[in-house]
Amino acid sequence: MVLQPSERHYRDWNHGRLGPWCSPSGSPAPLSCETGCGEGSWILVCRLLVPTQVSLLSMEEDIDTRKINNSFLRDHSYATEADIISTVEFNHTGELLATGDKGGRVVIFQREQESKNQVHRRGEYNVYSTFQSHEPEFDYLKSLEIEEKINKIRWLPQQNAAYFLLSTNDKTVKLWKVSERDKRPEGYNLKDEEGRLRDPATITTLRVPVLRPMDLMVEATPRRVFANAHTYHINSISVNSDYETYMSADDLRINLWNFEITNQSFNIVDIKPANMEELTEVITAAEFHPHHCNTFVYSSSKGTIRLCDMRASALCDRHTKFFEEPEDPSNRSFFSEIISSISDVKFSHSGRYIMTRDYLTVKVWDLNMENRPIETYQVHDYLRSKLCSLYENDCIFDKFECVWNGSDSVIMTGSYNNFFRMFDRNTKRDVTLEASRENSKPRAILKPRKVCVGGKRRKDEISVDSLDFSKKILHTAWHPSENIIAVAATNNLYIFQDKVN
Amino acid sequence: MFARGLKRKCADHEEDMGGALAGFRAVPSYSLQRQSLLDMSLVKLQLCHMLVEPNLCRSVLIANTVRQIQEEMTQDGTWRVAAPQSTGRAPLDRLVSTEILCRSMREQDGVHPAPGMGDDHVLGPGSELSTVTSAQTPRDPQNSVWEMDSPRENRGNFQKSLDQIFETLETRNPSSAEELFSDMDSSYYDLDTVLTGVVSRAEPGPCDGLQGLPPVATPASSSSCKSDLGELDHVMEILVET
Repeated sequence: MVLQPSERHYRDWNHGRLGPWCSPSGSPAPLSCETGCGEGSWILVCRLLVPTQVSLLSMEEDIDTRKINNSFLRDHSYATEADIISTVEFNHTGELLATGDKGGRVVIFQREQESKNQVHRRGEYNVYSTFQSHEPEFDYLKSLEIEEKINKIRWLPQQNAAYFLLSTNDKTVKLWKVSERDKRPEGYNLKDEEGRLRDPATITTLRVPVLRPMDLMVEATPRRVFANAHTYHINSISVNSDYETYMSADDLRINLWNFEITNQSFNIVDIKPANMEELTEVITAAEFHPHHCNTFVYSSSKGTIRLCDMRASALCDRHTKFFEEPEDPSNRSFFSEIISSISDVKFSHSGRYIMTRDYLTVKVWDLNMENRPIETYQVHDYLRSKLCSLYENDCIFDKFECVWNGSDSVIMTGSYNNFFRMFDRNTKRDVTLEASRENSKPRAILKPRKVCVGGKRRKDEISVDSLDFSKKILHTAWHPSENIIAVAATNNLYIFQDKVN
Repeated sequence: MFARGLKRKCADHEEDMGGALAGFRAVPSYSLQRQSLLDMSLVKLQLCHMLVEPNLCRSVLIANTVRQIQEEMTQDGTWRVAAPQSTGRAPLDRLVSTEILCRSMREQDGVHPAPGMGDDHVLGPGSELSTVTSAQTPRDPQNSVWEMDSPRENRGNFQKSLDQIFETLETRNPSSAEELFSDMDSSYYDLDTVLTGVVSRAEPGPCDGLQGLPPVATPASSSSCKSDLGELDHVMEILVET
């Protein structure tokens, strides 16, 4: 694998510009043009709720799911457990937004096209396609169910008219092709208009079928199924910058796949000890470098990140770089290791930094400095004194994700009580916003929220003890070039955008 | 029923416990807290999700916590492989143990305001202090927290007290349950404080505040659950099997 092809590809789909992702105007997209992120200029574009009923439609039926979505009211809430969103991902242009849920379903939303008549509707996303990606399975050998919950979705960059994405549950990765059909052939010789075979004796002339326009139909077909390669639960998938390979990571191993080959994969990382009783550390997340197709990172439950170079050896058991922050002895407790466990790792778009999320903080690391992060942001430090309770109710094991904005200037992550936090790396300002039905009317500006940690509680503040720990924002996504974010709160998907946009 | 009383202060033994804790005199002892954390962790490991494979990362983190406690207790000399006691108790006991222990401590303090009783029984390394301090009922005022009962006897007492407390809980109607918990607020937070080494600046609320917390999962009685503290191997077996 040579470096050049990946550069070429990068250049192609970045519209001829090398360098960090930018807003369409070419300058780094600020969190908020004028007022800074502390002032809260985010507005709710739409809240999407795909009802369970849509999942009853099978893929074979020619149904325009866009009509379905519009005809349903967006306010009802038959939320079942299967509707809980488990992953959110924009594609590389931001035109499409995919969500996966606990029921194994993938729903793809498409951005409303800009039109002169309905300017205010730009930025809204509507259902584009819905399909059942994974079904529940039963492992007969272990007598255990395999959940159909979609753990991750990753888009492939677009290379033709169709869209491709990878979706995975605990054990199996699938490559889906999503394509549009807006024409159909009419005038067959051997079949009549209803598709019934014609009596050959009645055919007296030959004609060429013509393509006639039809109502737009979006169909999703599984093109590849990558199965039986993981003993443990898959937590990450990452498409390589060469667009020919991708990796899937479970708790103890990472496998490298070629998109064309489903019956074999290369094992590139294996941390399983010979004796499982000696197991003390697991892999929690992994990602390929955005430009260097030989480089990837993986994080562990002990708060470490390892960067590996696949050129060094076939099995990357020895890392090239090892990132770990020395422990602060004054903060040591029985929970230190648990809260240091990294739940997500993301390369910056530039490829120069990595961001990691552990239970209480988000950290930005420079690839050139291994001994400590260059920036640390406190997400909800007021929970530090509540760790025992959070351990008891298992909240301490929640895996929050983190995302970069298009220009790597702002990072975002979720918290409890449907709060999510944004940190502006340049101005060092941060804001807490809430994704909830009660507080958001469409187009209304989101009010920054504040958690009161002690002493007098001001009027708009919420005290730590009133936080709802069942409402957690684990999954968020940021549009690749604009200030549009998608926030998943249980079965609701909120789309917010910067007001100035 | 659970009157607030002066908590006894025992400066001497707390120095032994470690400087970091010297400031937290008004809380249940560090070893008690640590014990309940250990109990909690073992229960978590034993909760078998019969249908779906348990999360390996979570299991590993909990097992590491257990190992850490075990190492520390071994250094203290308070770790003992206790003989398996009679099971037939649902793990629910142990899940509730955190609260019960705190409440019992408080109750004990309320009944025995006199400091110094039993304080001379120093908790030094190698001492015979039972790992589970007995939660004696008010009917038996002579026993002090630091009484050096044999571990099994203590455990038996502890179980008996748990029974009694459960009975009490059952007979109470919901409204008085509110009162029942309203006094235990700070002890719950103190558990956090001691174990995390951070002073909580928040005003303590009701014990089961942190409202909206999903209830602690209580399994249907798992017949294979062992309640033996020292059976770390068994715990690791479960880990390996999953």
